[in-house]
Amino acid sequence: MSALVAEQLLNGLQFGIMLFLLAAGLTLVFGIMGVINLAHGSLFMVGGFAAALVAQASGQWWLGLLAGLAAAAATGMVVEVVVLRRLYARDHLDQVLATFGLILFFNQGITMLFGRQPLMVQLPQGFSGSIEIMPGLPYPSFRLLIIAVGLLVALGLYWLIQHTRIGMLVRAGATHRDMVRALGVDIRALYTVVFGLGALLAGLAGVMAGPLSNVQVGMGEQILILTFVVVVIGGIGSVRGALFGALLVGVTQTLLSGFVPGWLRQVMGGSEADALGAALSSMGVYVLMAVVLLVKPRGLFPAHA
Amino acid sequence: MRNALPPLAVLLAAAIALPWAAEALGQPATIGLATRILCLGIAAASLNLILGHGGMVSFGHALYYGLGAYTVGILWEHFRLGEPIFGVIPGSNELLVTLPIAMVVAGVAAAVIGALSLRTSGVQFIMITLAFAQMGFFLFVGLKAYGGDDGMLVRRRNIVPGLDLRDQNQLYWLCLGFLVAWLLLQWRIVESRFGRVLEGIRQNERRMAAIGIATYRYKLVAFIIAGMGCGLAGALTANYLRFVSPDLMAWQKSGEIMVMVILGGVGTLLGPVVGAAALVGMEYVLGGITENWQFFLGPILLAVVLWAPGGIMGLLGRGARRG
Amino acid sequence: MALWGCLAGGRGVVEALLSVRGLRKRFGGLAATDDVTLDVRPGELHALIGPNGAGKTTLIGQLTGEITPDAGHVVFCGEDITRLSVAARVKRGLARSFQIVQLLDDDTALANVALAVQAQAGHSFRFWRAAGRDAGLLEPARALLEQVGLARHDTRVADLSHGERKLLELAMALAARPQLLLLDEPMAGLGAAESLAMTETLRALKGGLSILLIEHDMEAVFALADRITVLVYGRAIATGTAEEIRANPAVQDAYLAEELAP
Repeated sequence: MSALVAEQLLNGLQFGIMLFLLAAGLTLVFGIMGVINLAHGSLFMVGGFAAALVAQASGQWWLGLLAGLAAAAATGMVVEVVVLRRLYARDHLDQVLATFGLILFFNQGITMLFGRQPLMVQLPQGFSGSIEIMPGLPYPSFRLLIIAVGLLVALGLYWLIQHTRIGMLVRAGATHRDMVRALGVDIRALYTVVFGLGALLAGLAGVMAGPLSNVQVGMGEQILILTFVVVVIGGIGSVRGALFGALLVGVTQTLLSGFVPGWLRQVMGGSEADALGAALSSMGVYVLMAVVLLVKPRGLFPAHA
Repeated sequence: MRNALPPLAVLLAAAIALPWAAEALGQPATIGLATRILCLGIAAASLNLILGHGGMVSFGHALYYGLGAYTVGILWEHFRLGEPIFGVIPGSNELLVTLPIAMVVAGVAAAVIGALSLRTSGVQFIMITLAFAQMGFFLFVGLKAYGGDDGMLVRRRNIVPGLDLRDQNQLYWLCLGFLVAWLLLQWRIVESRFGRVLEGIRQNERRMAAIGIATYRYKLVAFIIAGMGCGLAGALTANYLRFVSPDLMAWQKSGEIMVMVILGGVGTLLGPVVGAAALVGMEYVLGGITENWQFFLGPILLAVVLWAPGGIMGLLGRGARRG
Repeated sequence: MALWGCLAGGRGVVEALLSVRGLRKRFGGLAATDDVTLDVRPGELHALIGPNGAGKTTLIGQLTGEITPDAGHVVFCGEDITRLSVAARVKRGLARSFQIVQLLDDDTALANVALAVQAQAGHSFRFWRAAGRDAGLLEPARALLEQVGLARHDTRVADLSHGERKLLELAMALAARPQLLLLDEPMAGLGAAESLAMTETLRALKGGLSILLIEHDMEAVFALADRITVLVYGRAIATGTAEEIRANPAVQDAYLAEELAP
């Protein structure tokens, strides 16, 4: 297979991993708590910003990583206690509006603190080069790191969900929320743990995204909508579905945006081809979602009975 | 409704008199602001039909707003250039042509998207409607021929026999007329048999199936009607702004329209218009104080959701009765 | 329209109004419905009893269309309805009441029944005329409420008592003008007087339509039922008249003998 295609596939894999980090938390929160949280993207943004600032100030990317994770987890917990707790019993409209309000709050807050200009983030020392993984294909080692981290997280989640007590509660909660409550489990503690885990993963994704695409206000929402597509395709409440859907969406989106503009340039002018190419490749994922829904309205691996 | 007639009549009279009052007070800019409120009011009212009465939380409603606006814009562009669309469909600058086409375009889009999306419900439905609207956004960002990301000017407003829409007062009255007509239509729909089914679906879809109602087709019809109303709002907006851009169908716009519905009072007739006025008013007043006024809108929205779920109409004692 | 169905329209008189054959449904490792076969004859009141967890709710779900069986058939008036939607079955004359009431809480009792009447009449794609003042809907609705004995027509469901809500459930099912009424524990949570009243109301319905009654209230069951089927762990272990069931040793094993005493 040509180096170009291999490179795009790897990029797609890496993008898919990032989507998975976001989608895993989101799908668990949907599935277990029944809450739709639009502010999930804000946690992504908070993680990215905290990491960028601390990395810049200290010169150490790894400190930034820790700061990003801590900031995202802390923000997540505050959001859960102050806002989300009051929304569990409410209907979806209330949840959408309340968390939409949170988005406005966070976006404007970050703007007030740091302005609208994107923050540049340096690649971490030791990962700023490339590794030749195939003859003629040098691939950025940072992206390989993301893939590695993502796969580790996936394995970790698998172990957590399939082989621990908390994981059992998570699985039970995703399929039978009321039953878990009836078992006398402290549901609030479970919710906080699940939400915190989701926030941590979102923050991790934000930290990792920084060196690749800079950190700026509104970065959360673009990727959040794609994350929604992943969750819809994968099936609500299913981490396995989130992984599958994320990889599918990531690879599709990347391959399309890698090759479609090139194809279009053969039939139309340069800048027009680029613009339309970008648009069509963005649309491609939604067409994919539509096709999946036609066949399986509840996604590929729905958790609920 | 009977005993609401006198206050409504007063309200309508005041709305009609607004341009003269504004000019007399030396505040002609208010008329433009009010026109914006009227257009957004139609959009919010149409969302209220499916959201407030049907219980369908569509987070992609701005797509139809944008489609309506772009229909006007594209028809104008082809009229200006003298080239038919796809070589077949001639452009137009006549409101009596562009408005119906805008509504049809929006309606067809709503039919297709609704047919797919309404196979799901709950959280999935919200996400799917959002995703489809995003798809539309990306499509228009990619259409450089119609401005792409930067948007497209619609230099002249459409022409209508008997009116000159270059006069902002006349455009205002036209929009007011459409708002009143749409609210009247919506009021009748809500009270009709169809509306009762819709309300039933909102309250308990399982019960509706159990009395023999095939709920999908009713939801789809409501979705299409709402899409057409929003398309109408978009087409009027394109005339007002004389500019169209993909932002008109971005997720933020969908959110704004939803905020208007909740701020004003979900499920009430005038709530969406009141909400539109409130949001536009807040933007104008708070935006004059600080660029970051949305920082305050967030908590305000939260507060309304948590503590005043009936919105402004609820606070005025005219909210919809909800269990 | 539900009135012409089995007994007209060229099908002739059928042996069984509802015929369930070999119905199976598994949830994971659990066989909730295990090869169930039963018949409801035209005009009979057939009771379905069994201990909690016997699978009555799952069975009802498959009869009404909310649950798709893994195997087996449900035949109504000679037509295989196994894969038909809930609404389609209602249109063919199969209506149910819910054990946990499913009502439109924001509306009055009258509005609830009027909507059911409207759904049965079949003309709901009307967009202009107000439905709330349509005598063609309100009068039949009032008649139904009187038939079940619910007096407070204009009270919001949220303000009705539990007993009144159960009556409303029944009225909603009757509004569909069904030939077969599936009643899921209509006496649940009712006091002694209310149960007696409900029993009489159901007795008055007998003969006009067929009823499949799921109940725990054995007094009502023995007072009303023409035949009884006993469901245990998803299997129908016995079907027969009240005497046959009471005398059946397998049934006595499943239930304490005293529960079955009249």
